[in-house]
Amino acid sequence: MPQEQLSTQQITNTTPSSLGAEQLALLQQATSGYSSLQLAWASGYLAAKSETGQDVQLSPAPALAEAKTLTILYASQTGNAKGVASQVAQSASAAGITTKLINVCDYKAKALKNESHVVIIASTNGEGEPPDDALEFHEFLLGKKAPKLPNLRYSVLALGDSSYEFFCQTGKDFDERLQALGAQQVLPRIDCDVDYDSDSESWTLSIVENLKEELTQTEAALAPVIDLPVANASQYSKQNPLTAEFLLSQKITGRDSAKDVRHIEIDLGDSGLTYQAGDALGVYFDNDQALVAELLTALNFTGDEQVTLKINGEQQTLTVKDALTTELEITQTAPAFIEFWANQSGDEALLAIAADKNSAREFSAKHQIIDVINLASATVEPQTLADSLRKITPRLYSIASAQAEVEEEVHLTVGLVNYENDGKQRFGGASHFLANRIEEGQPIRVFVEHNDNFRLPSDTNTPVIMIGPGTGVAPFRAFMQQREAQGAQGDNWMFFGDQTFTQDFLYQVEWKNYLKSGLLTRLDLAFSRDQAEKIYVQDRLKENSPAVFQWLERGAHVYICGDMSRMAKDVEATLLDIIATEGKLSEQQAEQYLKDLRNAKRYQKDVY
Amino acid sequence: MSTSNNSEKVAPSGPLIVEGKLSDNERLKKESGFLRGTMADDLQDRTTGGMTGDNFQLIRFHGMYQQDDRDIRAERAKQKLEPLHSLMLRARLPGGIITPTQWLGVDKWATEHTMYGSVRLTTRQTFQYHGILKPNIKTVHKALNSIGIDTIGTASDMNRNVLCTANPYQSQVHHDAYEWAKKISEHFLPHTNGYAEVWLDEEKIDSTVKQEEPILGSTYLPRKFKTTVAIPPLNDVDIHGNDLNFVAIEEDGKLIGFNVLVGGGLAMTHGDKATYPRKADDFGFIPVANTIAFAEAVVTTQRDWGNRVERKNAKTKYTIDRVGVDVFKAEVERRAGSKFEQTRPYEFTQRGDRIGWSEGFDGKHYLALFIENGRILDFPNKPLKTGMAEIAKIHQGDFRITANQNLIVAGVATEQKSEIEAIAVKHGLMDATVSEQRKNSMACVAFPTCPLAMAESERYLPSLVTDVEAILAKHGLADESIILRVTGCPNGCGRAMLAELGLVGKGPGKYNMHLGGNIAGTRIPKMYKENLNEQDILNEIDRLSARWAAERTPGEAFGDFTIRAGIIKEVKISVRDFYDV
Repeated sequence: MPQEQLSTQQITNTTPSSLGAEQLALLQQATSGYSSLQLAWASGYLAAKSETGQDVQLSPAPALAEAKTLTILYASQTGNAKGVASQVAQSASAAGITTKLINVCDYKAKALKNESHVVIIASTNGEGEPPDDALEFHEFLLGKKAPKLPNLRYSVLALGDSSYEFFCQTGKDFDERLQALGAQQVLPRIDCDVDYDSDSESWTLSIVENLKEELTQTEAALAPVIDLPVANASQYSKQNPLTAEFLLSQKITGRDSAKDVRHIEIDLGDSGLTYQAGDALGVYFDNDQALVAELLTALNFTGDEQVTLKINGEQQTLTVKDALTTELEITQTAPAFIEFWANQSGDEALLAIAADKNSAREFSAKHQIIDVINLASATVEPQTLADSLRKITPRLYSIASAQAEVEEEVHLTVGLVNYENDGKQRFGGASHFLANRIEEGQPIRVFVEHNDNFRLPSDTNTPVIMIGPGTGVAPFRAFMQQREAQGAQGDNWMFFGDQTFTQDFLYQVEWKNYLKSGLLTRLDLAFSRDQAEKIYVQDRLKENSPAVFQWLERGAHVYICGDMSRMAKDVEATLLDIIATEGKLSEQQAEQYLKDLRNAKRYQKDVY
Repeated sequence: MSTSNNSEKVAPSGPLIVEGKLSDNERLKKESGFLRGTMADDLQDRTTGGMTGDNFQLIRFHGMYQQDDRDIRAERAKQKLEPLHSLMLRARLPGGIITPTQWLGVDKWATEHTMYGSVRLTTRQTFQYHGILKPNIKTVHKALNSIGIDTIGTASDMNRNVLCTANPYQSQVHHDAYEWAKKISEHFLPHTNGYAEVWLDEEKIDSTVKQEEPILGSTYLPRKFKTTVAIPPLNDVDIHGNDLNFVAIEEDGKLIGFNVLVGGGLAMTHGDKATYPRKADDFGFIPVANTIAFAEAVVTTQRDWGNRVERKNAKTKYTIDRVGVDVFKAEVERRAGSKFEQTRPYEFTQRGDRIGWSEGFDGKHYLALFIENGRILDFPNKPLKTGMAEIAKIHQGDFRITANQNLIVAGVATEQKSEIEAIAVKHGLMDATVSEQRKNSMACVAFPTCPLAMAESERYLPSLVTDVEAILAKHGLADESIILRVTGCPNGCGRAMLAELGLVGKGPGKYNMHLGGNIAGTRIPKMYKENLNEQDILNEIDRLSARWAAERTPGEAFGDFTIRAGIIKEVKISVRDFYDV
């Protein structure tokens, strides 16, 4: 990857020219006893010193300096929490607060007792469990060994998806536990939904405002943001997406498939936007005009009514038609909308659904806004409706290409969400946009969401096991392109599955070619509907238990991508089973084995 | 019309054995370990629906072809999917006889295990399944095996399914002739156990035991080898398209022996004048007791003398033209241990099946059903497949698939006649509106499944026949018909090279038109026009029909007319005349 080469060059070029061997040895000696936290702090200190060109005035006791620091911890799965945490760090630092920005997986939870101020940004996986990186921190904090924290002032921002039952559960866990341990809230916890941008922005402003007094140093220079190295700093982001060129939407399931899966190609041109195998691409989309028209008719709006929305932090007025097209989420329904519409319409059936969180969640998952509106009539003002809807959010897709292979292009593998409600065809907002509505050559707004939790091993000789049924195949196509470009010698084992061999073998020709060239060592396939009994990837794993375990023992990295609710769980259970059986380990030991793999970044998941 | 030795002869042109680097198929056969190869490994490979390397060819020796849906080949390439591979499986069914019990199995498995759901009757008197996915293939073999049907040697360099005239009138002679067809088929079966090991999961034979193929040899035959048993006056099996033919000679209603005709074959290669369709030579009469000895002598002579260097010239017809009829015949007599007697007189008068009911000498009834293109499937308003199954459930006799892709319900007792007819009518198996022209028209399978097809054939024929019917009617020839055959490539499955009007696929929508065959199937048609599109073809048929209507002598057939009128030159000796201009 070009960007990796770039960062390596930076290190090797600058280090020797700045420090002589002797100086370097002294520095190493001086810092040899530092914890990773102290190292991080020291690097901030040095950075500040380099900017001012003078010795930085420090309070004599390092403990005091630490006491004046805001520690920002993030527990991120797809990068959203990390993004919010970075914003908090930037705002705080701009306000003169010394900040430390740390991924919880790199943080020793015991150190909390030495902190004075902590902000936690935590996302939640689908069924309420913490992100992979936060598992250990979560376990420790909620466990018996967690220290009392009477001196800690903290605040939690939780990210989640309100259509799930355990909405923002990880954030809630942290918040409740910290209180129980004696810590005091600076601000009450905020639970942010999928469209979290404006909520997180205003919360960030409040938290910085609240902490400013307590934490501001007299020396403004003492406010470096200590961040983990970011390989691809880019001017493009979720807030500032790149307008790229749409190249291709090619159906890659056969004509008799029950599914419509598309291979998407997008041209990043000379934008300089880069990504790594394992990253995701955020895609902005407009809602379908036909669906917007259907909504306007159902709501008895002309479409020209004006509504006011907060867009990019500013109140803006636009027509309700435009709002529904570009600003508001209409293909995914939040349970809150069920409640809203139930109250507006007074419809008993809807009220009953809304009253039960589980049924509201299930119902909202299967009904778009139009379906809910069609169920019960109500008269609402355009502004009221606009306020009841979530903001449209870009969708994230695992990238299916490596730049070493496709250069300025980026490829995706997108399953068209497509179902019928009361005889009416409903489509997923972004997948329909990508598959059918946008045309070759048209602009498309995208950004790269880096995912350091899904990376090939840095040692190219390390074997990898890839488990990616359905569209979960995407990042592994990127992995193979990357491994090929690297001339990687490590073995590669792919597990793929779908409904049928003839219709749903995504990228079959490419996999066959990789097998033939020898880059792909093994390819095991599970097609659930090709025989009477259903066969899934976990069944193929199980069939190959001794070999799978042998690969693990050889140091293989294991990756899972795809469906979270069933596949990833079943695969994990199977892996545990294999580890226990083949390694002759107890259930608990097997769990520890897998945990160790996870901590060593040898077990990584990209599930949704 | 009697057939005899060609009165004219051309000099033989080459050695008894062609020396040189053997064709790659010879290596493949030799290395296959008596037709085993690594097919069993391919069956385990889940990453592809096809076979790899030599196995792609080897499966043919076991009666299968790898095919794909060519209609969607380009579409699937874009979808990053391999071609939609499937296997075509061709049964070995000597004389086309199949029992109702067998039929019910064949019917059921077509539905359960094939993509197209059809039973396809072929020009070699058997049925084929199209569209079996690789993971299902062993299931199908085992199922067929359970009802006594195998697929051994129905493709590639083997003695193919042995044909036998489906003539229902001569019941005793038919019975005897059929027994010979069956005996010949079984006599030339390979001895290898490869088929049973790979497809039926039979235990592997101890490799230390010496294996051999006493008749076929370890590298089998140089090329495909086709055998028929024909009962005059019906030449439904088209003897001149076959390597070895036994023409039944009867005396007092009993089969006493055969005239043996050797060296027919219809395949050629576009642009290669060393290849051509050729009629069989009549070697003479043999008494019935010598049948197997002479059959084996012909097969082994061709086995040893056939061209294994140039595969395109490997068939018996080229061997005979190379060494000379007399030399070949003398070798056969030497190997058989006796001489051919003088040819006995016989006459062929027709090739088509007489559709409808007829009565046999045994007092039983025979119902010949016209099956367009041999496709037995439930079509809209024509549930042929269901109808056949309904008949099979009550029928007490057997079924005979004909070499014209039709089917005869054979040996029906008088009391069941009306019941069977009612089922046939109800399901569209009997249809009084089918014209003589349609009954005398034939096509090979071609697109979308045949890997060799260059142009449409089966899918083109029905509308072509409708157009030809209109042209004939326009010229006052509504009661006449032309033996019209279309074949999607020059390999000859549709037997266009024995048609009065033959169309041979050249490329998409393009055909070469041949004229001059006759009703009895004893004359090879010669190329009249090249690279015609569908409109050109209709224009030509329109022009030729106009002349035929205006200039024909009373009762003169179309093919005879085209030669007499000088529209086309007669092919007497293929090697000399076929390309002669």
